[in-house]
This record gives sequence, structure tokens and C-alpha cells, in this order.
Amino acid sequence: MTSPAPITEPRETSRPDPATVPALAIDGVSHSYGPRRALMDVSFNVQPASFTALLGLNGAGKSTLFSLITRLFGIQSGRVGIFGHDVSKSPGEALRLLGVVFQPRTLDLDLSLTQNLLYHAALHGISRREASARSAELLGRIGLSDRAGSKVRDLSGGQMRRLEIARALLHRPRLLLLDEPTVGLDVKARADIISHVRQLVTEQGIGVLWATHLFDEIMAGDDLVVLHQGKVLAQGPMSRVIAEASAQDVNTAFMRLTGAQTMPGGGA
Amino acid sequence: MSSITTRDAPRGFSLQEYMTCLTGIVWREGLRFLHQRERFVSALVRPLVWLFIFAAGFRQVLGISIIPPYETYILYEVYIAPGLMAMIQLFNGMQSSLSMVYDREMGNMRTLLVSPLPRGFLLFCKLLAGTAVSLLQVYAFLLIAWFWDITPPPSGYLTVLPALILSGLMLGSLGMLISSGIKQLENFAGVMNFVIFPMFFASSALYPLWRVQEGSPYLYYLCVANPFTHAVELIRFALYGQINWISLAVVAACTIVFMIGAILAYDPSRGLARRGPAGGEG
Repeated sequence: MTSPAPITEPRETSRPDPATVPALAIDGVSHSYGPRRALMDVSFNVQPASFTALLGLNGAGKSTLFSLITRLFGIQSGRVGIFGHDVSKSPGEALRLLGVVFQPRTLDLDLSLTQNLLYHAALHGISRREASARSAELLGRIGLSDRAGSKVRDLSGGQMRRLEIARALLHRPRLLLLDEPTVGLDVKARADIISHVRQLVTEQGIGVLWATHLFDEIMAGDDLVVLHQGKVLAQGPMSRVIAEASAQDVNTAFMRLTGAQTMPGGGA
Repeated sequence: MSSITTRDAPRGFSLQEYMTCLTGIVWREGLRFLHQRERFVSALVRPLVWLFIFAAGFRQVLGISIIPPYETYILYEVYIAPGLMAMIQLFNGMQSSLSMVYDREMGNMRTLLVSPLPRGFLLFCKLLAGTAVSLLQVYAFLLIAWFWDITPPPSGYLTVLPALILSGLMLGSLGMLISSGIKQLENFAGVMNFVIFPMFFASSALYPLWRVQEGSPYLYYLCVANPFTHAVELIRFALYGQINWISLAVVAACTIVFMIGAILAYDPSRGLARRGPAGGEG
């Protein structure tokens, strides 16, 4: 609380624009489920118009972190800011700027594509007329215009994901969170979704936090946050994380970083 | 002081946005209800079985004297109709809360809860949507009951509406309060046994309280203390264009208490984090 250090520290790892308010600022966040500590003093930033990969194995704490950022869980300690709005203190302002795609599917399978989008728009207070226009536009962009009236149940896994991303963009957020969005998809669908999200970063300046355990989804220019057993082991531009781990690629860097931590008695 | 500084002044939410959100949630609940035709049918069959079979058989056993709001001798079917209307709402309230447990497990509840509007308001909308669904069921029941000679004054169909909205909200928030305490879906069967049946039987739904008092004074006190009794009486009087003030006060107070309790107790981490720790006791 007293020291501003944890807030400023992660900034050095980010893009060199001190004037910019980070799209997402995670500051000293810890979380426990009873005696089990899921997150320990996690701090990092996501800059606008950047692609930040949150790399971690299953159980690393990625989903817990997402639940905290989206205010699903109360924050036990630390702070989460979205474009400067504290999630605990002004959740309305923070969540308005946030779009999220959770790992489990959260669509209404029995409703049509359009109905799912209109429901989401209503939850954000977007008027019906405006919502219809935006829905049609977004469905066009993800190539599902002709399916607008079909039930979501009839879509393929990749199409559902695309719809979820479209839905997350409906209220025009400036920060997009995706929790392992490509799990269970085939190669083509994966590639489509990755390129779509990267396009959002470059064309619309959206800040993206992409949680994954698949190394091939990360590209050279990305920022990286390595989360392991609730702790941030490394963060920064991908090239630097690799160099600091004296590795040749992300895969080896990750194994070196986490291997040291998983060894019994291996200190912090 | 820090990099966490406010960029835009908080603009809050307009009344328009609140209304859009409310209608959106009610609309979605209605759509879901229409897709679950079995649910509608079973919601109707349950009270109709009571009306057609139980009441017909019981008619000879139980004589009903003239008690307010009735002005003449009435058939037993006429007596239990308001109780069955409340029963529809009781089941619907518990079922909506079941759907919140289900939603929570399926992740659909996340869609609702990441809305930027205040969480208390979102849950209130959810309760109102559940109540709206119960109104459809109750009026469908009344329509069928009309052919069975349960014919309250025509204006009663209108005057009962506010009573139904209030009782629907009370039973819905009670369901939500209970669902906050449910850890697993299977436990809902227990709620049926320990909440729905006792509430229904220890009330004035099936027999007037003066008859209960003759049988057992203790049961009588239990019935009087049962909020469900007051929901039934509120509906019964409203159906005949009258207001039972005591019942109105009890139902209104219970609605407020249950709703505040439900909103405070609603903790999504309970449902969503379950897959995390193995032994999440609490």
C-alpha cells in the first residue's frame, strides 16, 4: 500500500510510452482458496495495442486471475486496474472497458447467434437498435452472417469461439481477455482465431491478454508473463524472457524457469 | 502517485441503461422458458393434478365454512386454487434458483456477472425475470381452472397481479438465498424435501388455519409463522379484490429480507472455484 514500487516495476517490461495508462495493471495480487494459495503477489501490466501472452500450465492460476480481473471473485489483496479504473472500487467503469472470453463456453446453446449477442448487449445497457446494428456487423466480420438465426447448438467449436469473441467485442472494449480460447479446436480454427485477435491489436489498438499453455501461439513481438504455481517467474518482451533464461526458444525458457521451481526444495 | 490514475471521469449508468439491462434479462429468461416446453407442461400439470384429483377427492372430507374473503359457501377446489397458484410460484422460485446453480456450473452465470452494472441490480433483474415466468404459469393455470368452475370476479385477475409479483419475488429470493448455500446440484433434491414440502403443507394452502388450530395448536403456530401462508393469503384476498394487510406486511418484509440476504450471500467464487481446490469445505 505504502510503496508505489510494485506498480511501477512491471512498467519497465512494457512498451516505452510512459504517458500511456496501462490497459490492465495487476498490482501485488494474491488469492487463496482456504489454505491453498492460488496466486502469490502477482504484478504485471498489459499495454494498449499489445498482445500479452500469459503462459502457464493448468493450475498455474490463470483462471483465478481472470476471475479476479472480471470481478467474479472479490479481490483479497492487491489491486487490479483497467485503464486506471480500480476493479474493486469502480467495477462499473472498469468492466465497461473489458471484454472477456472465458475458457468454458458461456453461450446460450438454445438461443440463436443474434439472440446471444443481443442479450449481452442488453447487459451492457446498449439499446436494442444499436445492438442489432452492431451484432449484424460483428457477425459479418466473423463470417457467420448467414447463421445469424440458427441455434448456437448447431455451430462447430471454432464457430462458437468466434461468436464468443464477437460477443466480447460488442460493447467496444479496449481490453480483451481470453482464457485458453483455442482449447479443443482444430488447427484451422485455431489459426483463424489467433489471426483475428492479432488483427484487433494492430487495427483497433485493443490490449489483449491471452492465457495459454501452447507455446506456438506466441510470436516474436509479444509480451510474455510466465505464471507458475501462482507466481510470476518472468515477464517482459519475449526475446528478453528467452535471453534471461539463457534459452533458444520459449519452450526451453519455460521449462528452465518452471523446472527450477518444481524441484522439491527449489527456492524462490 | 501511481500509474493507476483515472483516465475518464466515471460516468455511471443512465436509467435507460438500467432499463435496457432489465428488459434484456427478462427477455432472455422468457426465451429460455419457451425453449423448455417440458418445464412449462410440468409446471402446469403439478397444480392441475392437485386440483383435478386431490381436491375432487378431498371435497367430501373437508367442509369449508364461510371465511373471508369468500362470501358464500365455496367448493374445496375454489379454496385451494390460491394455494396452488402460490405453489406454482414456490416451485418456479426454487427452479430458477436451480437454474442459477446450473448456470453457475455451466458458466452461463459469468455472462451475467461480467456486466458492468451493479451486481445487486443484476441479481434483482434475474429475480424479476423468474417472477415474470411464474406469472405466465399462474395465468395459464387460472385459465384452465376457469373451466373447472373456479371463477373469481373478472377484476380479480387484475387485482391479483401485484400480489403475484410480490409473492413471486419473495419465493424467488428465498430460492436464491438457499441456492447460495448449495454446494452441489444433487443437494437440490434435499431442498425439495426440506423446503418445498414443509412450506407447502404447513400453510393455509390446503386447509384453512382455523381447522389446523382445531387439530394441533403447534402446527397452527407453525403455519402462521410460515411466510408461504401469507403469500397464499395475499393471493387469495387479492383474487377477490381485497387486501390482507397482515399478509401484505409479512410478504413485503420477507421479500426485502430474503432479497438482501440473497444478494449478500451470492458469491460466485463458491460455484466457479469448485474445480480448483479438492477439499473446499466451508
